[in-house]
Amino acid sequence: MSLLELESVRRFYKQKHTMFSRGAHGQVRAVDGVDFTVEEGETVGLVGESGCGKSTLARIICGLEAPSDGTVRWNGADVSAMSHSERKTLLHRQVQMVFQDPHASLDPRRSVGQSIAEGITTHRLLPASKVEARVGELLTQVGLNPDHAHRYPHEFSGGQLQRIGIARALAVEPKLLVCDEPVSALDISVRAQVLNLLNRLKRELGLSIIFIAHDLDVVQHMSDRIVTMYLGKVVEQGECDDVYGATAHPYTRALLSAIPRKLAPNERLERVVLEGDPPSPIDPPPGCPFHTRCYAAIERCATDVPALDAVPGGRPEHRASCHLAAQITLSRVGMVSTISSSPSPSERNT
Amino acid sequence: MSESTTSLIISHRRRGRPRSGLRSLWKSPFFDIAALIIIVVTLMALFPTLFTNIDPRDCDLSMSRVGPEAGHPMGFDIQGCDYWSNIVHGARTSLEVGVYTAAISFVIALIAGSLAGYFGGVTDSIISWTSNVILGIPVGIASLVILYQFRSRTVWTIVFVLVLFSWAATMRYMRSSVMQVRNLEYIQAARGLGVGPWRILRSHVIPNAVTPLIVMTTLSVGAGMAAEAGFSILGVGLKLPAFSWGIQIALASQDGNWQIAPLLMFFPTLMLGLTTLAFVVLGESLRDALDPKARR
Amino acid sequence: MTALLEVQNLSLEFRSQGAPPIAALQDVSFTLDRGETLAVLGESGSGKSITAKAIMGILPRPASHITGGRILFDGDDLLTLSAARLRKVQGARIAMVFQDALSALNPVQTVATQIAELYRVHRGMPKKQAHEAAVDMMRAVRIPDAANRANDYPFQFSGGMRQRIMIAMALALDPDILIADEPTTALDATVQAQILELLGEITQERRMALLMITHDLGVAGQLADRALVMYAGRVAESGPIGPMFDNPAHPYTKGLLGSIPNAAHRGGDLPTIQGLPPDIAQRPPGCSFNPRCGYATAECRTELPLLDVFAPERAAACHHKQEVIADVALGA
Repeated sequence: MSLLELESVRRFYKQKHTMFSRGAHGQVRAVDGVDFTVEEGETVGLVGESGCGKSTLARIICGLEAPSDGTVRWNGADVSAMSHSERKTLLHRQVQMVFQDPHASLDPRRSVGQSIAEGITTHRLLPASKVEARVGELLTQVGLNPDHAHRYPHEFSGGQLQRIGIARALAVEPKLLVCDEPVSALDISVRAQVLNLLNRLKRELGLSIIFIAHDLDVVQHMSDRIVTMYLGKVVEQGECDDVYGATAHPYTRALLSAIPRKLAPNERLERVVLEGDPPSPIDPPPGCPFHTRCYAAIERCATDVPALDAVPGGRPEHRASCHLAAQITLSRVGMVSTISSSPSPSERNT
Repeated sequence: MSESTTSLIISHRRRGRPRSGLRSLWKSPFFDIAALIIIVVTLMALFPTLFTNIDPRDCDLSMSRVGPEAGHPMGFDIQGCDYWSNIVHGARTSLEVGVYTAAISFVIALIAGSLAGYFGGVTDSIISWTSNVILGIPVGIASLVILYQFRSRTVWTIVFVLVLFSWAATMRYMRSSVMQVRNLEYIQAARGLGVGPWRILRSHVIPNAVTPLIVMTTLSVGAGMAAEAGFSILGVGLKLPAFSWGIQIALASQDGNWQIAPLLMFFPTLMLGLTTLAFVVLGESLRDALDPKARR
Repeated sequence: MTALLEVQNLSLEFRSQGAPPIAALQDVSFTLDRGETLAVLGESGSGKSITAKAIMGILPRPASHITGGRILFDGDDLLTLSAARLRKVQGARIAMVFQDALSALNPVQTVATQIAELYRVHRGMPKKQAHEAAVDMMRAVRIPDAANRANDYPFQFSGGMRQRIMIAMALALDPDILIADEPTTALDATVQAQILELLGEITQERRMALLMITHDLGVAGQLADRALVMYAGRVAESGPIGPMFDNPAHPYTKGLLGSIPNAAHRGGDLPTIQGLPPDIAQRPPGCSFNPRCGYATAECRTELPLLDVFAPERAAACHHKQEVIADVALGA
């Protein structure tokens, strides 16, 4: 039984009609039929660009929003069938979010100790006399000095604030951490520190992590499984090695090839550069949502919506929603290839 | 996106609560003078005997409009009462009107603005609609009409009318401030921790959203005092035997009294003007001191 | 052959009331040749953005004060030019593209108007001709349906398109140097790839020099010929990008390169640079990097290392650069 299970989850917003709105009036299909599971102790990487619905999905998982449709199950129990207080106890203690902007995610008028303690006091996890000691413990666990609990957020750097955000999330002893771009706003030299911290905590506390990021190198490092989203739908999912090594969806290929990198002299890359912009989820195109920008699209893609099926010739957990998955997974488009180099002149002379 | 160098430099990382801007208040001479005026006027209001021993009602008509003489630094008013004593006792009423109006308006605006801004939906619709109705009423005429209905008018009558019309604008400030804060990530984090909405409002939203409201409130004290004076001049304010600067100005403006003894008009006007100005300066200085941009 | 742009020993301070002055740049020197792309790499406090602004002449006033050095562009020292002559250079010969296109564009003017303004102001073109030139420029940056979209307002474009419009404005007068300050940081991955490709093509086509400010080593690696690594307002290392990335000579460069996740790290910990990014208001004595440096010795805590050419075209400011090079060669 999975720790967390999302089945056919949808989240639609009615588009607001104002005097000045143009274009389609209708629904914003932020999340459009997503099946998603997280097992105990695993890290699932969630990638996609603006408008793909990953942030909305994260909020649904954390209980900050309710889905318009579909079921959310925690350890098999249907969350939507619970009362408000049951949900509060379950969701808000089992799942916690780590936010992107470390400066905005803490109340500037409260000390960091008070922010960390908030979860403990809300759920009455400890008697008041023991709270301070626990806050100190948490600060130490994330690598900070427990004596600084009385300080205010503006006295810390971005990386330290992110650690404090993690400490606050850990205070309620969750089983799942949803990290929404946790290192994007940090300096590079600090990113590795926070990533290592997350991995260490995962090992020590047996956490599961949903890691949302747009930096695919980082996602690959952190994740066991990867899920790619586009326009509210899952377009590819599988073990990290499968999705990165035998990518079966053209969008994932585009994302991978978009990673800016320096090629070594013996490396070649046929980059996939998409035309146009990530589309708005208000008016998704018919057929496959990606076909308008896809380099491999055929006629069928404009009319038939592909299902998220197992990739032919791959492991059963590797799935992609593409009519041409079998060919895509075998091609080298968008992937770095090493060509064999001929011996250099100096070597030839010896 | 990394912290930009410029903001790192300007932030001057200070220890302690993010209120260090308040210390800079004392450096401005304007603020010091304004604070002094307010302190003096408040003392006048609370402890009139510190300033004068003469009973303001000890009047001798035969001394009407006599100029300053020994023991009576400002002479006598139209009824022969000691002028300075009247000014001192008048301070209390004027200040009461200003401060009570501002305080009550503050509380109403705080509650209504927070509810409307945070919960949105029907609550917001009702509160906003009500405030729009109030804002649409012409204040001057309406307050005159209402005041005229009362046979006897006390300080509280005036306060009631002023609060009735002033909470709406202040509420809108608070509401928009709350709406801005509501979407910040630390609020989402508190929701994610399972903190209930009332507690979030109390501990996170209001402390961070209340600054503009505080500033507006200090500014409105002076406005309240001036309004009281205006009502008195128009004859719908407080009546004798109450004291207030407004009444004194009103009396002085009748029958050309001020032409004969200009001081009768000058002093209450001066007191009123200075106190109003002092509160304006206070409000402006507070706004600059509490402005987070100056600190971060 | 003299370089197109030569920054010599540039030093800059921030001064504010009631606080001691902060040295934002110290002794920064580098060159930029026609047609080459130089990446300026660094994190918070490195001074990379402020260097770009100094060249462009748009430093925040009144806080910034140049305390030394020269910026030589085509023979003139930009720091000593009169305001009028500087205006002739800004936009026309050196142009800049910023990170946030939305706030850099005027929301109440159409995009064509904004691009056309450059032609009208700097070249005195009549209105219609300037508009045509603006549309041409939009086509050059690959905005689809340029003729029709010319009369749209900035908010009607997506982030990537707005960035292209900013690039169009920067290129309108065919400048010699384009300075790009983190142009793709706020963009989605696939859009970033488009913009980087566009920048690469355009600089090639026009033989334009590109000064690329970025914190992303991958972006630098993809576009740049040479790189300048900055730390705490000083230059740590400079040189051609390939040899620098393969064989860094400064511990900071080595640390940055090492902390990028790649296949070798799967499942394990990433090597990190310990400590925090520098506070330029409180630099440690000696080398600013010493509190975080694995190679630091007593010398590093007292003697400031100078930028030293140790190989053709390669320079580093480190007392232990030979050790770093040797370690990297061994794979440590």
